[in-house]
Amino acid sequence: MTGDLSRWIIGHKIKAQHWRRRGKKPEGDRVEQGEKVPLGAIYRVFFEIGLFSFGGGLVAWIHREAVDIRKWMTNEEFLSGVALTQIMPGVNSTNTAIYVGQRLRGLPGAATALGAMLTGPFCAVLLAAVFYQYLLGLPGFQEAMVGVAAAAIGMLLRTGIASAKMTTKGLVPALMMVLTFIAVGILRYPLIPVVCVMGPISVALAFWRTPSVPEERA
Amino acid sequence: MNIEILLKLIVILAPLSLAALGGATSIYAPLQHQSVDVEHWVSVREFLDLFAIARVTPGPGSMLGTLIGWKVAGLAGALTASLALYLPSSALVFAVGHVWHRHRGKKWHTALETGLAPIGSGLLFAGVVTLARVAAEGILPICIIAGVAALMMWRPRLHPFVFLLGGGCLCYGLYLSGL
Repeated sequence: MTGDLSRWIIGHKIKAQHWRRRGKKPEGDRVEQGEKVPLGAIYRVFFEIGLFSFGGGLVAWIHREAVDIRKWMTNEEFLSGVALTQIMPGVNSTNTAIYVGQRLRGLPGAATALGAMLTGPFCAVLLAAVFYQYLLGLPGFQEAMVGVAAAAIGMLLRTGIASAKMTTKGLVPALMMVLTFIAVGILRYPLIPVVCVMGPISVALAFWRTPSVPEERA
Repeated sequence: MNIEILLKLIVILAPLSLAALGGATSIYAPLQHQSVDVEHWVSVREFLDLFAIARVTPGPGSMLGTLIGWKVAGLAGALTASLALYLPSSALVFAVGHVWHRHRGKKWHTALETGLAPIGSGLLFAGVVTLARVAAEGILPICIIAGVAALMMWRPRLHPFVFLLGGGCLCYGLYLSGL
């Protein structure tokens, strides 16, 4: 009985919040706290990520900076962005950077994030081209690079575990995650068709389970 | 003359940008065909060297296109090639993102977000396995992968550079000691 009462009260609270939120039009280029993230901060974060991006664990690093440390966006926002940008052409990491930059500051944010991601590698790759005979000839250089790449993959694994804990509250999302992983990671099905099949199923199930008033986000 | 080469770079690379589904790996083959067989910008040997450079330097593997631009037309070529490679796909991501962010807060948007998030998680794990297959042969890289993941859970605020440096040093040390 008391349970019903509290649920009724909470339901009304959520409804009130919902209407308040609908009153002001949500704007795409603003963080919900109403505070604008400076372009300089966006540039700094993504420049650093771009410069140290060996071996492809980059999405993990972006997740760490944007979600864990800076709280620029929620985990769900970030991960849905990952799924969204992975099925589009281009490099995953720069696509994710554009997604985050755009969410924070619109076109200037996206352009800043993309530019920052590419400045470091652009200079590094040209420098390396000048000195590459020397670099490849260095004893142990290629062996060391294997270690760097493995560490980057380890970062990706940790992000996977952390994000899985946060997104899969329930059997259905967990099942969706595991099936996607098996299809792409183990069976090596091509990514695009898998997402095009799994995505609509998962979204349909989520739509069915979403209450008609949106749940409050943390 | 120079302008002609730059235009040619754009004409060849811009479509590849939109064709690069699933990252840089899908453009290696057409890039090789165009720059080696058709345009004779670089020899096969040079192409492989450039490929190695793109792999050992930071940044996406499609920086290979930047290197080819640099090879044929210097700095202007490198800049042109980069823009041609990144702008088209980036513009597409931005356009889709624009629609996506505009509808924040609606029920179908919430459903899309909660529905796509576990798919994103699954893709992260798949990425781990796929990359490990390519980059990590033997027991040592597997240990580093597991070690870094465990260490990051224990100390999430440690700078990622520490892990990268640690992994590199460990492998270099083992190489020096002759293992």
